[in-house]
Amino acid sequence: MKVAARSSTRIVFGRWVRSCLVVVLAIGLVPCFGADEKSALDADFQATVDLLKTRSFEEKAEAARAIAALTHPRTLEVLTALLDAELYTERKTDRVVFAKGLDGGGFNIRDAVTGEELGQVGRRGAKKISVNNRLRGLLRGLIASIRLDNEDPDDRIAAAEAIADGADSSMREVLDRRLLVESDPKVIAAIETALVVFDLDATDESIRLRAIRASVSNLDGRVREKLTGISNDPVASEAIQAAARETLESIEETVARYKTIETVFFGLSLGSVLVLAAIGLSITFGVMGVINMAHGELIMLGAYTTYVVQTLLPGGLEYSLLIAVPAAFVVSGLVGIGIERGIFRFLYGRPLETLLASFGVSLVLQQAVRSIFGTLNRPVATPEWMSGSFELLEGLSMTFNRLYILIFAGLIFAALVLVLQRTRLGLEVRAVTQNRAMARAMGIRSARVDALTFGLGAGIAGVAGVALSQLTNVGPNLGQGYIVDSFMVVVFGGVGNLWGTLVAGLSLGVANKFLEPYAGAVVAKVLVLVFIILFIQWRPRGLFPQKGRAAES
Amino acid sequence: MLSGRLLKQDWGPPVLLGILGVLCVVVPVANLLVPEDSVFHVSTYTVTLLGKYLCYALLAMALDLVWGYCGILSLGHGAFFALGGYAMGMYLMRQIGTRGVYGDPELPDFMVFLNWEELPWYWFGFDAFWFAMLMVVLVPGLLALVFGWLAFRSRVTGVYLSIMTQALTYALMLAFFRNEMGFGGNNGLTDFKDILGASLQSDVTRVVLFVVSAIALASTYLFCRFIVTSKLGRVVTAVRDADDRTRFIGYRVENYKVWIFTVSAVLAGIAGALYVPQVGIINPSEFHPLNSIELVVWVALGGRGTLYGAAVGAVIVNFAKTWLTSEYPEVWLFALGGLFILVTVALPKGVVGLLRNVLGSGGQTFSEFVGGRTVPEALIQWAKTRPGNKET
Repeated sequence: MKVAARSSTRIVFGRWVRSCLVVVLAIGLVPCFGADEKSALDADFQATVDLLKTRSFEEKAEAARAIAALTHPRTLEVLTALLDAELYTERKTDRVVFAKGLDGGGFNIRDAVTGEELGQVGRRGAKKISVNNRLRGLLRGLIASIRLDNEDPDDRIAAAEAIADGADSSMREVLDRRLLVESDPKVIAAIETALVVFDLDATDESIRLRAIRASVSNLDGRVREKLTGISNDPVASEAIQAAARETLESIEETVARYKTIETVFFGLSLGSVLVLAAIGLSITFGVMGVINMAHGELIMLGAYTTYVVQTLLPGGLEYSLLIAVPAAFVVSGLVGIGIERGIFRFLYGRPLETLLASFGVSLVLQQAVRSIFGTLNRPVATPEWMSGSFELLEGLSMTFNRLYILIFAGLIFAALVLVLQRTRLGLEVRAVTQNRAMARAMGIRSARVDALTFGLGAGIAGVAGVALSQLTNVGPNLGQGYIVDSFMVVVFGGVGNLWGTLVAGLSLGVANKFLEPYAGAVVAKVLVLVFIILFIQWRPRGLFPQKGRAAES
Repeated sequence: MLSGRLLKQDWGPPVLLGILGVLCVVVPVANLLVPEDSVFHVSTYTVTLLGKYLCYALLAMALDLVWGYCGILSLGHGAFFALGGYAMGMYLMRQIGTRGVYGDPELPDFMVFLNWEELPWYWFGFDAFWFAMLMVVLVPGLLALVFGWLAFRSRVTGVYLSIMTQALTYALMLAFFRNEMGFGGNNGLTDFKDILGASLQSDVTRVVLFVVSAIALASTYLFCRFIVTSKLGRVVTAVRDADDRTRFIGYRVENYKVWIFTVSAVLAGIAGALYVPQVGIINPSEFHPLNSIELVVWVALGGRGTLYGAAVGAVIVNFAKTWLTSEYPEVWLFALGGLFILVTVALPKGVVGLLRNVLGSGGQTFSEFVGGRTVPEALIQWAKTRPGNKET
């Protein structure tokens, strides 16, 4: 034991001396070249890189440290190549080179110092600079510390995390140094997490205890892992174990709370998609007593409209969705009016026949889309502002696309309520819904109202399609997947009741997401379906049935 | 519309039974006795195809019983068909024995593949033919009984009921797609070897299955006709035409509905059981809501409320499907979709109604035909202030 300790001290000491030497050498070279700093740096770099050719791993480590100390543009590249075993020496010239293996054996080589392409050499034309595990650990740390000074904050966070993963306490000072100059709060948080991870392993009990206490609000997986380890570590003292357990419990609580919030958010976002898909259906189903099985295909048309808009405006990805929304409304709305005038008009009062005819329409639309655009899914791009996520609290992030769709569904819903409550069309629609004959006697052209209502419902389906194009694949079968769900929402909420649709859609979405972790996605869906089937027995007209004489039909 | 008088004058029943009788004799002879190079030879492929059509016709008849006579539009009849098919499929799976890929005497291949140790409890008994046949009747029947009892007792009617039945078959499809259910998941049950000891590959078995299907169709027709012409059948028809009035007269409408729905489900299950050995596979896609809706079109095209019309519709649509999907696959969905629209808008009485009208033997007036409604139905529609009054 003692002997081993002493020998390792000697190695550490020896390494220190040598690294000092190299650094002195490197620094000492600078003044020799005087004014031409760039070529001086190149020369230093050349000299230090050449030190890698030694056989001793110790010396290689010194060389790697020296390379890291130089701020040469190719520093990171050389270290990464060394780590990835892509750094070789060319046998002929004894130069250090980057080598990429070719298919038929042999390498494509590039000078490590100048970056100059050197063409190809045979399999035996280059010799790998080998590394061992200890050296790999060192390299990872060095690379991380260089990246810690990178300009991109995301890169700095990744570097801090990499250091925490490596748990090489020699990297501590690098972190401390960076912490002094760092201004980005996220990077600071990442560095502090890494420091806590180091402190959790500290031998000094008070530091360790302080680290445990400090990690209460830290949701990082590494911290939790460490704490779990400590709470079960027989070597650690009682106090430490107890503190770790306590902290762990409170962390778990926070995590569980965030998980619930996240599930509610996912549920609401799924629910908002359901509401978007179902609300147009609710209008046509409720107001006109028409069961439109082609509703899903109207959604699909909206999604394809988005695709067409993006294809026509290749440069305008960022605002393409803003154009696609009205475009999809118009396309689906016009198709809807066409269907109503062409077919459904002849079938009012025969809901079951309407169901069949509209299913025929849905098949025709599906095949039409398949003939025009092909059977394959079409790629619809997501604009920059829709992708990514934002962090509400630490460890609780939400993706932008889901958030926007939630907001979008809310806007559409509000707009629809306004149209039905505040405009002349809405007034006429409600009049026709309540009593068609009386409305006609009062001079409302019910045929026109029918067509416009159907157009409105279809248009909203198209708008829903734009939203869906950001979430799922755009293909000819897009609509089919949503039709059963939309019907469930409408039936559950109560036909012809916009608020019922909203409540039903959101609650079904949330229920689905809460069941999913326990039962799996498919079983959750089956359970929701069974629930609705049973619910309808209890309230055959849904959550919010229409009241009064209008409901009797 | 469907009085006893009309049935007696109808030319449909003798024609249907006659065709089935002729098929029962001609097809076996043409397949087994006529030499293969003769123009009169019917290939085994054709025999199986015809057998498949007959199963579809049986299924369509089952739906016509509830839709045409009781006004219950079920968009989930494919579920009962598939359940009957699965019961038969499970029997056929057990008959494979050690001839499977893994050669396990007890477990079907897919269970061995999933590393299951033993047979799930619901597979027990399916090695016996009688038990499987019992299940073919019981499983769809019980499901329909429970579902119907719940739905009709709460007076879930019209489109609500249609959508609920659709949800039922959709839920079953999702469930059967899961491997954990123990029904072969995505791939379903297949690779059948023999039935009652006879190889499913042999021509004789195929012909026998065809004849059994034809006999089953004929018996079902007679059975259904017996039901609809009985006193009970009259009540059922009254429920269809005026649900409320029948209830006010004093009939327990929901009991009639549950009863007719259950009978129909059992018939659909039998159709499925006959279908599976002929096509050699049953998988969860049979539960797809699309299949059930397509089935409704067969009945609508043939002419609802006639029983034989449903059979005619099933054969016409499926023949067209076989032909179009092989010759012009692009056109098939256009044709089917167009058919839906055409039938509902222009042919409310279906092909049979059209023929009847042309031949003038239906005893209907022209306006009845065009309106697509019976007189009481039309009167009720007219009385209502809901949408539709402007068309009447």
